[in-house]
Amino acid sequence: MTVLVIGYGNPGRGDDGVGPALAERIAALGLPGVAVDCDYQLTVDHAAPIAGAGHVVFADAAVDLGAPFVFAPLSGEAPQTLGSHTVTPQAAMRLAGDLFGHRPAAHVLAIGGRDFGEVAEGLSDPAKANLDAAVSFLAGWLRDAGN
Amino acid sequence: MDKPRILEIDPVTRVEGHGKVTVHLDRQGNVNEARLHIVEFRGFERFIQGRLLWEVPVIVQRLCGICPVSHHLCAAKAMDRIVGVDQLTPTAEKMRRLMHYGQVMQSHVLHFFHLSAPDILFGFGSPAEKRNVFEIIRQNPELGRRAVLMRKYGQEIIEATAGKKIHGTGAIPGGINRNLSTERRDHFLAQIDEMQDWALEALALARDYCLREKDFIAQFGAQPSNYMSLVRPGDGALDLYDGNLRMLDARGEAIFDQVDDSRYHEYLTEDVRRWSYMKFPYINSIGADDGWYRVGPLARMNTADLIDTPLAAKAHEDLHAAFDTPLIHGVLDNHWARMIEVVHCVEKIRELLNDPDLQGTDLVVKGERRHEGVGVIEAPRGNLIHHYKVDENDQVTFCNLIVSTTHNNEAMNRSIRDVANKHISGQEVITEGMMNHLEVAIRAYDPCLSCATHALGQMPLKVELFDSNDVLIDSALQSP
Repeated sequence: MTVLVIGYGNPGRGDDGVGPALAERIAALGLPGVAVDCDYQLTVDHAAPIAGAGHVVFADAAVDLGAPFVFAPLSGEAPQTLGSHTVTPQAAMRLAGDLFGHRPAAHVLAIGGRDFGEVAEGLSDPAKANLDAAVSFLAGWLRDAGN
Repeated sequence: MDKPRILEIDPVTRVEGHGKVTVHLDRQGNVNEARLHIVEFRGFERFIQGRLLWEVPVIVQRLCGICPVSHHLCAAKAMDRIVGVDQLTPTAEKMRRLMHYGQVMQSHVLHFFHLSAPDILFGFGSPAEKRNVFEIIRQNPELGRRAVLMRKYGQEIIEATAGKKIHGTGAIPGGINRNLSTERRDHFLAQIDEMQDWALEALALARDYCLREKDFIAQFGAQPSNYMSLVRPGDGALDLYDGNLRMLDARGEAIFDQVDDSRYHEYLTEDVRRWSYMKFPYINSIGADDGWYRVGPLARMNTADLIDTPLAAKAHEDLHAAFDTPLIHGVLDNHWARMIEVVHCVEKIRELLNDPDLQGTDLVVKGERRHEGVGVIEAPRGNLIHHYKVDENDQVTFCNLIVSTTHNNEAMNRSIRDVANKHISGQEVITEGMMNHLEVAIRAYDPCLSCATHALGQMPLKVELFDSNDVLIDSALQSP
């Protein structure tokens, strides 16, 4: 089964776009057994492709991370309520399991950003550097996962 | 109860974007005032100034991650006029329509099943731990699964017509930059019967709820008002993509009708109030006090003379037959209207998929350059207006956006006030269920506060009670 990488965030809001930027970079590598999705945010309809994957990586921007990126198994419970702006990775995973019968293993790739909140395009220099590091790491991890 | 209180709901859950409700109570515990506040603002209209006209239909999608297609198409329609194009090629218009019907369908499905269904199926006074989508899925997993798959279908149509989910580029000034391959067409046609069956079942669910709760809905935030939407030129049919403006009063009489949408500013004015970033549009001929109006699915069911697809047409007739008034005013009847539109969108998608024009290759038209353009579309939440001026260097010098949530601003405030009066006035203890009544009234409008303030982002929800000295005396927190 494939590894699904979902990079999400709004590229029109500065470093919030680092998730989609990672998705584009990973997709461009054309790694076998890797599917890539890219969106403004997680939504309920991500449940279906998540349920069809063997492993999921949620890539998102993070504030005050204290490191270029953090890669960790997904933990925590899903919230009780859903909003279309507020679907968390935990909620998307729970929906995949409840609706489609498969809740794959999952990691979160949090990538540090600096400039959020303003209507602005493009990543800050620190976010660009963090993105490079995250792409390099994740590409290696995906290659290992494929072996 | 011996002190005036201020009740705050900050922000509103299961509503797109950022908002806060405050309810001011007097010493007797009766509601003095209820307001929907917008607590964040970022100036998108200013951000867009200086941008090249060609990139505007792509950039405006960043206003909102939920309805980017509406902004994409509306901006493209405005830019059509600026590049001197009043009539697209058949392929271009039909590709855009397909994109739009896919968007409206998936947005309505999301709202109904995942945001409102917990209230409808369990009752919005039921315990909060039960009133959530996971409980619906536990009790009826097939319903939840269908909702996800219908939304996925709509999203795939968007991707096929716009190019991709983020920064779709399908609609360009003067046309479209792609057609639909026969392979993709067949992929969508293979699922259309199932989509239609599910849409009809969802319609029955919404209709049955509205009929069963008719008496309650008639007094829950309901109030006669004016209604506005686009309608098709000539026969006044429902048209979500294009048409002329029609405004009806509460009795169904026309205030203005078949008005060229580029003249919207001759009929509407946007009022500003000190306490909100959101503007308050009103009808010029009536004035700011009484000239408020509603837009959205129910407004469209009120303004449209007919629907041009058979199943939705029958549903539209059934809706009006259920009421003995010329127009329907129950804010919760929006659920019924919304599901009629889902059926209509599925029928339209089928119609378009069977049209060979979607495989046409004549995609773009050119015309004589103009300096100003207005685009208007019926977005899922209601009428959406984009207005631009562009200089000789192709740079935007002026941008004005009126989104559906802004059109509905005064109506939402009045609904909140009505519900607060009926369900909170005089109560010694304010329960979570009472709070949810207020949210239900807001959610029925399906507001997108991100779009309304032209802001980007999200926030969680808090409920607070204040005494007459604005000292916090009670609070509750709801998860986002």
